[in-house]
Amino acid sequence: MVEDNIILNDQYNQKIESDLLAHLKSGKKKGNWFIFILIGIILIGMYAYYRQLHYGLIVTAMRDYTSWGVYIANFVFFVAISLVGSLFSSILKLSKVPWSTPLTRISEIIAIGAIICAIVIIIVDMGRPDRFIYVLIHGRIQSPIIWDVIIITTYLTISILLLYLSLIPDLAICRDKLTDVAAWKKWFYRVGAINWQGTPRQFKILHRITYTLAVIVIPVAFAIHTVTSWLFSTTWRPGWDSTNLGPYFVSGALMAGAAVIIVAMFFIRSTYNLKEYLNEKLFSYMGKLLVLLSLIYLYFNINEYLGPAFKMVGVEGEHIIELFFGSYAPMYWIVQVFGLILPIVVLVFAWGRKPLPMLIVSILVLLGAWVKRYLIVIPSLQHPYLPIQDVDDSYLHYIPTWEEWSITLASFAWCLLIITFLIRLLPVIPIWEMKKGNEAKLIKP
Amino acid sequence: MAKNKADQRRNFLKSSLMLGASAITGTAFIQGCDSGALETEEKVKLLTTDGTMVEVNKSSLSKVPYQPISPKEARKGIPGKHFVMVVDLSLCRNARKCIKACDHHHQLTPDRPYIKVLRMQDNKSSAPYWMPKKCFHCDNPPCVKVCPVAATYKRSDGLVLIDNERCIGCRFCMAACPYSARVFNWGEPKNQDVKHPYSPETSIPSQVGTVEKCDFCPDMLRQNKVPHCITSCPNGALYFGDQNADSVTNGSETVRLSTLLKDKAGYRYHEELGTEPNVYYLPPVDRLFPFKETSEEKPS
Repeated sequence: MVEDNIILNDQYNQKIESDLLAHLKSGKKKGNWFIFILIGIILIGMYAYYRQLHYGLIVTAMRDYTSWGVYIANFVFFVAISLVGSLFSSILKLSKVPWSTPLTRISEIIAIGAIICAIVIIIVDMGRPDRFIYVLIHGRIQSPIIWDVIIITTYLTISILLLYLSLIPDLAICRDKLTDVAAWKKWFYRVGAINWQGTPRQFKILHRITYTLAVIVIPVAFAIHTVTSWLFSTTWRPGWDSTNLGPYFVSGALMAGAAVIIVAMFFIRSTYNLKEYLNEKLFSYMGKLLVLLSLIYLYFNINEYLGPAFKMVGVEGEHIIELFFGSYAPMYWIVQVFGLILPIVVLVFAWGRKPLPMLIVSILVLLGAWVKRYLIVIPSLQHPYLPIQDVDDSYLHYIPTWEEWSITLASFAWCLLIITFLIRLLPVIPIWEMKKGNEAKLIKP
Repeated sequence: MAKNKADQRRNFLKSSLMLGASAITGTAFIQGCDSGALETEEKVKLLTTDGTMVEVNKSSLSKVPYQPISPKEARKGIPGKHFVMVVDLSLCRNARKCIKACDHHHQLTPDRPYIKVLRMQDNKSSAPYWMPKKCFHCDNPPCVKVCPVAATYKRSDGLVLIDNERCIGCRFCMAACPYSARVFNWGEPKNQDVKHPYSPETSIPSQVGTVEKCDFCPDMLRQNKVPHCITSCPNGALYFGDQNADSVTNGSETVRLSTLLKDKAGYRYHEELGTEPNVYYLPPVDRLFPFKETSEEKPS
């Protein structure tokens, strides 16, 4: 019986290995057109940024009053997406959720792509990017921007460590098994595996480090988005004057993170033929998780708007009217219905938790998450304490220019490019952890 | 006793005005003594550096241009001063002369004025009025709190200034300022005297990608003069002065700050925000002019 199990185990392990390494083997890569499109979008964005560097932020639609625009909304979105790394490699791992194992690597990759883009986009938003170094030289710890700089770099460091450390055994497998790949890849796998032999002692050290990091990353991940919310709540603006902003941002981020994983799952499983691992059961679990996270976000949404909407105090009341019934109302209600209510309604049913409906719902959630951040940033700036008067008409409205849109799109393309590059280089599903899970299953049937 | 105090006060004001006048003449120097000048010409007594008193013709004096001080020095305030402004809303009729003077002095284009005149109406039943708005130079300034690089700072004399050689253009201060006092150089600023040595005290030349705002004209204050908006107001609606000396002037009359605020029920905007502004407003009561909507409300 035990011998049977061992043979079965070996067979399974070999199958896991060959399946999960398949997409790394050399041969014609699928989806090169996708990369060309991404590079094209990035080039257009770079041209737009060149124009912005040359003429100044005047090429954007931002003016006094609406002094932050899509760049900041986009920054908040990317920070939100980056929280997904901690959700899978920490929260679900520490709570010993067995089905989340195949998703840890992809979530860490997405987290790193998103955090890099958040940093890029915040530099794009600066009026004087040439003085970025002043943040380090003249930084004042009182300023929430400095808190954000500290916490983002911390989170990026921990995320890279989490990704890399859990990769070492897999890099060793790549080093041993992938013999016919390009020379630089061979070199990368050999150096990256830092002489991993898979001894019990090495595994023990690895477990200890990844466990410690998984614990550390939770407060850092919560802090990264809470501090981002403080960029708003520490200002003297009626629309942002809320103690609810921290949990509101974090819960929205976790929801968007789950959605981005579902989208990634859908495309990875079809592109790399991994339907067996990213199966419908996994989609169903993710659907349930998304419903839970949506409900939490709904709760904080109600908290965010009910108090001010009930009291209708001064400018804050005007801001609420603008969102509920004014020029932002179509946007606001579409986001709330399609980005928040619809996912809950669709995904509570089993038919809604099939891959295709989930893909559509998740894309709606992501679009909603982006537009929601736009609605958090811009309408509040347009409702200051003293009325906006005695200025040019262009200061009253904010319609992003093509430069802003193309830079924003380029940031998305850049994020996708980083993710695609890493997926093509690394086993997208952690092989050794899958093997371990398989062993656990066989030993404890 | 009370009369005595008032006399003392008057004497003090007189002497301080004299001091101011001597400081102005201090910046003048003798261009060259023309011995053949007419006897009838007005003479000015001057003290030379070696301590002797000389009498020269007024026409032979010329002004030395004021040299603005460096960004580093500009972080220190003028000792012993705490500057305040008082705006009498009953006297403003949106003549916009303050904006013009300010734009001229700070080399501003109409798309980024430091001063805005808002048409305010507290509620439907009360009458509308004009509210000249500049930087409030708060004692608890939100902009200074949030600045990541100390580009904007609070001085001992109450002024909040911006060092545009330090500013990274994150615009956090603009989001933080509840009075929307700040303007940003979205594009390359036009009409700039780029040869002018930069000082946060003059705010010229402006730089693309940096924030700026009303600075209370510290270069004028250093010369014991008042900001340009004060002297340009045709209605005397703007008062400026030193809170420590308890006196403010609108260019034609000098009054005691505490008495003015007490008698006319001075107030500050959004006191509840805890920003402690240094710009006081006197309510728009007993107005000299009926409120008239002006077509000049927006810059062309």
